Amino acid sequence: MTSLVLADHDNASLKASTLSAVTAAQQMGGDIHILVAGQGCGAVAQAAAKIPGVAKVLVADAAQYANALAEPLAALIVSLAGPYSHLVAPASSVGKNVMPRVAALLDVAQISDISAVVSADTFVRPIYAGNALATVQSKDAKKVVTVRGSTFDKAKTDGGSAAVENVNPAADPGLSTFVSQALSKSERPELTSARIVVSGGRGMGSGENFKIIEALADKLGAGVGASRAAVDAGFVPNDYQVGQTGKIVAPDLYIAVGISGAIQHLAGMKDSKVIVAINKDPEAPIFQVADYGLVGDLFQIVPELTKSL
Amino acid sequence: MKILVAIKRVVDFNVKVRVKADKTGIELANVKMSMNPFDEIAVEEAVRLKDAGKATEIVIVSIGPQAAQETIRTALAMGGDRGILVQTDAEVQPLAVAKALKAVVDKESPNLVVLGKQAIDDDSNQVGQMLAALLGWPQGTFASKVALEGDGIAVTREVDGGLETINLKLPAVVTTDLRLNEPRYASLPNIMKAKKKTIDTLAPDALGIDVAPRLTTLKVEEPAKRQGGVKVADVAALVDKLKNEAKVIG
Ligand SMILES: Cc1cc2nc3c(=O)[nH]c(=O)nc-3n(C[C@H](O)[C@H](O)[C@H](O)COP(=O)(O)OP(=O)(O)OC[C@H]3O[C@@H](n4cnc5c(N)ncnc54)[C@H](O)[C@@H]3O)c2cc1C
Repeated sequence: MTSLVLADHDNASLKASTLSAVTAAQQMGGDIHILVAGQGCGAVAQAAAKIPGVAKVLVADAAQYANALAEPLAALIVSLAGPYSHLVAPASSVGKNVMPRVAALLDVAQISDISAVVSADTFVRPIYAGNALATVQSKDAKKVVTVRGSTFDKAKTDGGSAAVENVNPAADPGLSTFVSQALSKSERPELTSARIVVSGGRGMGSGENFKIIEALADKLGAGVGASRAAVDAGFVPNDYQVGQTGKIVAPDLYIAVGISGAIQHLAGMKDSKVIVAINKDPEAPIFQVADYGLVGDLFQIVPELTKSL
Repeated sequence: MKILVAIKRVVDFNVKVRVKADKTGIELANVKMSMNPFDEIAVEEAVRLKDAGKATEIVIVSIGPQAAQETIRTALAMGGDRGILVQTDAEVQPLAVAKALKAVVDKESPNLVVLGKQAIDDDSNQVGQMLAALLGWPQGTFASKVALEGDGIAVTREVDGGLETINLKLPAVVTTDLRLNEPRYASLPNIMKAKKKTIDTLAPDALGIDVAPRLTTLKVEEPAKRQGGVKVADVAALVDKLKNEAKVIG
């Protein structure tokens, strides 16, 4: 039994979500290989080789993998799939995009966004925006799985010394081309791996007002998130969204500011260790999950909180 | 150009679902059902392409029980031209849905298939990608903008770091994210008109596909309940709790 874990990266560095996927693969049992597909991604392969418990790193370095386009990447994974019992990826935008394609090409089910490994063929996954947990068993010969990063510890990043091996690119189906990307730049910790997250909702009123969230976040060394309403209103970019269809976070401390606490938002943050809610409506559902609630005007409370830290 | 839109009937997004006492699934009796919100966005996008003169026909497809006819009817009232129901009461998992859709695509030969990126019941986020794989077509998932350009389609996608734009050759599969558009409400005249539109019903067998589930659900449980906490009086009390009780800040 061997798992092939798809590394999530930007050709320069390995993303932390990969480390959670490695931990999940460890729990499935057997050896672990990592696939680094990209262009000029040597540093990523070196980083992957240092993860303890990884036996081998496969590197596919070619132009067609530069932007993780689904069609060539799926073709590559399928070309390598033969010896593997498990094909595992983080439930990142790349994993969610490519793994179902891989599964269909292999004529097997795909198991999305698992939150626990019960055994080599049995997994727990949240359904209905995390309001229920389904335990599912796969009868397929190969398990194609994506892993929810927030529920698995991250594997260590040093101590390992896996062999690094180049693999041949698979034939490029040539169906799609990369045009451009507009990535948010931020010096703040990444949302899904930040120890503290401060999120703003519709109650912020404008993008300009998010400055008070950012000031609080910077004081705490926190990442910044948002509700869907705040993103839809254009206050902040889409990658800030926490929830059922956004990022899933489970920091030590989550501070929800001007967020009502809709089921779809809770789905993305209710596994946080400590939740603080700041909201002027004492009946807001967010208070039902908050460890500490503060009722009042956020425009007064947030700057005061920042000052007192 | 012909567009095929796949939709699913799901528990309404406003319903707080309950797990069945015997842990076999979710309580579905007397629960409000609606079109999956992402699929409404898919229908809306197709209708906009037709309104803009870029599409000629919109075929709405659903796989599910007889009652899914109602959901198809809603999509027809939004502007779909006709419907197809692949009718079954069995559990149909994403791979089987993709196979059923492939069979329909083989018959209908659309140039574009639009689907919601995920259904809010099983939250799988798989069918569009699987369908694209089975058809050998490109996929533009999590779309927040699409533009038909010549013999291709430009899709702007919501990705972890922000936005990405890719070009797909047609025919292609697109799955919708929340910010692609805001779906319309069907007007009363359009609801009346939709009653006269045709919905064909097919059995999975007639499509020659195997829809047997690959995953067995062993149990469905409620997640651990979070204990509601306390309300604190002011900022000073909050800081004190965070420092001395929760110990999450220094
Ligand atoms: C298919 C689907 C998927 C979805 N996915 C997501 C998702 O991933 N993430 C997500 O967040 N949502 C998601 N939603 C949307 C969700 O249902 C809610 O609409 C959304 O979370 C509401 O955002 P909000 O709490 O910021 O806004 P509101 O519900 O409008 O709440 C604003 C809150 O701010 C408070 N407030 C206003 N002014 C002040 C002030 N001055 N001081 C203090 N408090 C103030 C109000 O009391 C209120 O509680 C999804 C919905 C659907 C249908």
